[in-house]
Order: sequence, then structure tokens, then C-alpha cells
Amino acid sequence: MSVVVSPIREPLIGGNKTYHQITEDICAPTETTPPKSWVIAFIASVITLAYGLFCIGWLIYFGTGTWNLNRTIGWGWDITNFVWWIGIGHAGTLISAILLLFRQKWRTGVNRAAEAMTIFAVICAAIFPVIHVGRIWVVFYFFPLPNTRGPLWVNFNSPLLWDIFAISTYFTVSLLFWYTGLVPDFATIRDRASGFRKKLYQFLSFGWTGSAKHWQRWESLSLVLAGISAPLVLSVHTIVSFDFATSIIPGWHTTIFPPYFVAGAIFSGFAMVQTLMLVTRHVLKLQDYITVSHIESMNKVILFTGTMVGVAYLTELFIAWYSGYVYEQFAFLNRATGIYWWSYFGMMTCNVLSPQLFWIKKFRTSIFWTFIMSIFVNIGMWFERFVIIATTLARDYIPSSWSYYTPSWVEIGIYVGTFGLFFTLYLGFSRVAPVVAIAEIKSILKSSGNQYVNHHKDAHHHNINEQHALDHLTAEHEGEHHH
Amino acid sequence: MLRKRNKTVIYGLYNDESDLLTAVNKANSKHLDIFDVYSPFPIHGLDPLLGLAESRLHIGGFIYGLLGTMTAFGGMTWIFTRDWPMIFGGKPYWSVPAFIPITFELTVLFASIGMVVTFYTICGLGPGVNNTILDERTSDDKFALAFDLGSLSNDKVDGLRSFLKESGAGEIHIKDI
Repeated sequence: MSVVVSPIREPLIGGNKTYHQITEDICAPTETTPPKSWVIAFIASVITLAYGLFCIGWLIYFGTGTWNLNRTIGWGWDITNFVWWIGIGHAGTLISAILLLFRQKWRTGVNRAAEAMTIFAVICAAIFPVIHVGRIWVVFYFFPLPNTRGPLWVNFNSPLLWDIFAISTYFTVSLLFWYTGLVPDFATIRDRASGFRKKLYQFLSFGWTGSAKHWQRWESLSLVLAGISAPLVLSVHTIVSFDFATSIIPGWHTTIFPPYFVAGAIFSGFAMVQTLMLVTRHVLKLQDYITVSHIESMNKVILFTGTMVGVAYLTELFIAWYSGYVYEQFAFLNRATGIYWWSYFGMMTCNVLSPQLFWIKKFRTSIFWTFIMSIFVNIGMWFERFVIIATTLARDYIPSSWSYYTPSWVEIGIYVGTFGLFFTLYLGFSRVAPVVAIAEIKSILKSSGNQYVNHHKDAHHHNINEQHALDHLTAEHEGEHHH
Repeated sequence: MLRKRNKTVIYGLYNDESDLLTAVNKANSKHLDIFDVYSPFPIHGLDPLLGLAESRLHIGGFIYGLLGTMTAFGGMTWIFTRDWPMIFGGKPYWSVPAFIPITFELTVLFASIGMVVTFYTICGLGPGVNNTILDERTSDDKFALAFDLGSLSNDKVDGLRSFLKESGAGEIHIKDI
């Protein structure tokens, strides 16, 4: 098979891997006893999750009065956390779908873990709309079921309902896409396992055989799922932004929201992928598969989307001024200089200024700085949602109803609990499933393994040298003519 | 299991996909009838050599998607114009622009679920399915080329065996699958 290798590309797989070595490296975490660090992290996550569940129980028993929301500020940490988690959930589908369509081979190193992260983040996000309704036992009113009082339906014209459809579709499609990718890799583990594990992976791998026709259909399915997931991922945060943009609250009623929210979602999603991958590659010893060039590529996406978000913030300010509409102008002045000035400051610093460091290659390729930055971006993006939601609501139309809001211990506990849930799921995933897509890594080995790329690089240099020699000869020849 | 094959096959294991492709090419030139190829990852360029027609899964996806479009748009139209007409914000009952987001989402949802279910059904895969694996190393680093023995004479079987050997197969086995 002829393999096209670009001589200027960085190899995506280091360490002179063979196909068998790839299997060994990536299956290893699922086949060994977890290290002590994993056990400690897992126990900590489960305890945090349990605390979160306790707080949710408290909320359901005593009602939303246990939250510090008030007549002016009806959305606080609940919807901030919801939008934040949903945003984080965007990177997985972006990496697996949009980068697949763009034929970006570096996606293979990180797509599996990023998709898992997407699914877990969407689960964390979905908790908030469900619990914030107060009377959780009638939460089925979300869905278009004729209710108990007669055939009265949900409001299909409401962005809140569109959100239900968008998020449930997004979750389902991401899950199907992710699992279909996992099936051949579960088969790889199955064929190496024995005893109970063999039975477990036999079940998980759905009887996969690796037949040529199955691979052909699998690829066709992946491509079409990627094709429809790409607009889907853009639609999800667009619709989340409609929750705000279709209202008439100054500061929310903004046509720029959909692209601005999508860029912000990708931005925070990639930051969370970085946070997780930097730890995962270190703990599971996957540095040959998730290389510095992967990290650099993701940092470039962070820089690009961070700058887009920055442009959106400035555009909002400009339009508020240019509109000549005093309420709009006040809304933005209030964001920057009002009672919540500190969250605006945090948002601007973390989201707009700090990613600019990544213009410098040294920072872009530094593990340490990438980790610090990924945390900064996540904090900044949380502040962004808080700024949009709480700051705007705190200063609404009637000054007599202006108020301030700080979360109660229940709200904080539920947010902390979602981290417990997220990390419990992610840590579980990292011991059961291959965190790097084995089959996909094998399929790019010949074009992106360092032994092949470097080999071709040498060949390329040869060609250049020969070309130089030729040029030199021609030049001499022409020189003779002139004489 | 949806399809029981109950076949006896002879197969050779190759160490590299390029060796396998060469062998498949040779088998084609000798007009040998290949049963199947098993590999740890999809091999590009193999499908035309095996005479596999392009998968029609995407056509299925289109039809499922269309079904989703019609379900969503038709459903909302029926609910808001016939079953229980309601006015929201002074807009008409049949407010088409407001129906677009849900129509889009259901199109994607139906297309994906439909395609995934079709994929597992036609491949005979699914939870609880336990197909016989030809060789466990084909999900690791080996590439298998298999011929159906059927009711072939011993001479023909020996011919296949020597073909596999000559084309570079490291190991040759006979197995019931």
C-alpha cells in the first residue's frame, strides 16, 4: 500500500511503535490493578459525588427556597453551571466530528477521551435544568406529552423546549458515535482477556469480528455520523444562547450570542480536554500517543476561539455604545463597573488576555503552562456565564428591585457534586475502556508514526540536496555562457 | 446471532496490510474466491479488490432523517393547528420559523438512531451476540485472508494452502466458523 507521508508534519505517534505495541500500550490500563493514585482519586470523587447527591436531596426535600435566588435574580449558579458544563461538552464532538471531516489525523490521539468527556459533561449539565424546576416530580412536563389536564401540549415556540430537544439529541448522538467507535477496541481487549473479563468484553464488543464488510460499513457510519454531528454540535450551543437571546432583557437580547456561545463552548471544551489529557497521558503513560504536538494543536484552537470570544466581548460593548440605547449601554457599563465587576474582570483576564500567551511557541508547547492555562480558561468561562446571567438580572428595569446574590451552601454543594460525578465517570472510563482509539491509531501509524515520518524526512532532505546540486550546476553552466 | 454461517475456512495470517493487499491482488488474478478478510483496522483500497459495493448505509440515514423531519414538522403542525391551537406572543398558530430548531434536532436524532440500529442489524452485531472469532490476533496485529473450503477437493485445498504460503502468510490454519 502506498502511504502518503508529509515530510514537514510532526510525527503523531512516537516511540517506533508496531501494531502489537500499540495494542499493549493502550490496553494496559484496563488489564492491570489500578495504581494507588487512581484509587485515592476515585474515592475522593465518589465522596464528592455523594455530597452532591445529599445536597440535591436537600434541595428536593426543602425546595428551591434553599437556594439564594430571589425575585430579581431567578437564575444563578444553576443555569451558570448548566451552560458551563454543556459548553465543556462541545469539544468532544468537535474533535471527533469536525476534525474527522477536515481529515485532521491528530484527532485520533484525543478523540476517544474527549468524546467520553463530552458525554459525562452533558450528564452533569442535564442535572441542573431538571433540579431547578423545583417540583421535580412533574419534570416530565418538559416533554411533549399531553398532560393530565387534557391534551395541552408544551410550547414548541419556546427556546427552553428547543433546548430539551437539542440536549437530548446531542447526548444520544454523542453516545452512539462514541460507542460505535469503542466496539472494535472492546473486541481487541476481549481477544486478549480471559475469565470474567472475557465475558464482560464479549458483551461490550457486540460480537465484533473485524470482517472487511463490517469495517466498510463502520467507516461509512462514522463518516455520516460525523457529518450530522458537526451541525448538531453547533446547533446545541446556538439553542442554549437562544434561551437568553430571544428574551427582551438588555444584555441578553443580542444577535451575536449564537456564534459567541459556540466559540466560547469550544474554547472551554478544549481547555477541559487539556486538563484531562495532561493528567491522563502522564498517569497512563501515553506520551507517545498524546504528544506535545497534539497539545500544541489544541492550544492553537484555544488561542483562536479565545480570541473570537474576546472579539465578541468587544463587539458587544461597541454595539451597546453605538446603538444609542441607554438601557443597553447601562447593562454593559454595569457589567464592567457594577457590583459584580470582579467577575467581569475575571472573565476578561482569564478568557481574553491569558490565552494570548499561546502566540509564543514556548508556552504553547509547555506542559506546565498548558495545564495552568486550561484551568484559567475554565474559570474564565464559568465567570462569563455568571456575568451574563447574574450581573444582568441583578440590575433590571426597576431600581427598587435591584438586588445582589450569593449562592447558598446547597448551590455550592451541588456544583461541587457535579465534579464528583464527572471524575467518577471519567476515572471509571479510564480503567474499563481504551482511552485512545486503538483501531484509529493503527490506521494512521504508517503515515504518522515517527519511524515512517522520519524515514521520509531523510529521503526528502536527500532530494533537496540533489536539487541544490542541480541548481548549482545549472548556475555554473549559465555563468560559463555569459563569459 | 442473526446469521449462523457454519463454514469451514482456510486462512493465512499476514503481518502487514500491504502484504495482505498484494495477496488479495494475486488471488484475484488467479480467480480464487475470497471468503473474507479480517483486520484490526479498516484497510483503504481493500473494498474494490474484494468487489465490495459501496455501503448503502448513508441512503438509509437520509431516509431516517427525512422521517425525523416529517415527524417533527408534521407533529408540531398538527398539534398547533388542529389538536390544540394556541397563540404565543401574538404569533400565528403555524409559526414555521419557530419549528425549525426542533425539526433539525429530530432529523439528526432519527438519522443517527436509525443508521446505528441498521448498522448493527445488518452486520449481525449487538449486545449478547457472540460470533466465533477466526483468530484472536486479527484484532491486534494480524491480517487474515480466508477462503471457504465448502466441498472443495483435497487438491484444491492444497492449492489454496500453497497459494497462501507463497503470498507471504506467516501461518495457515483451518477453522470452523
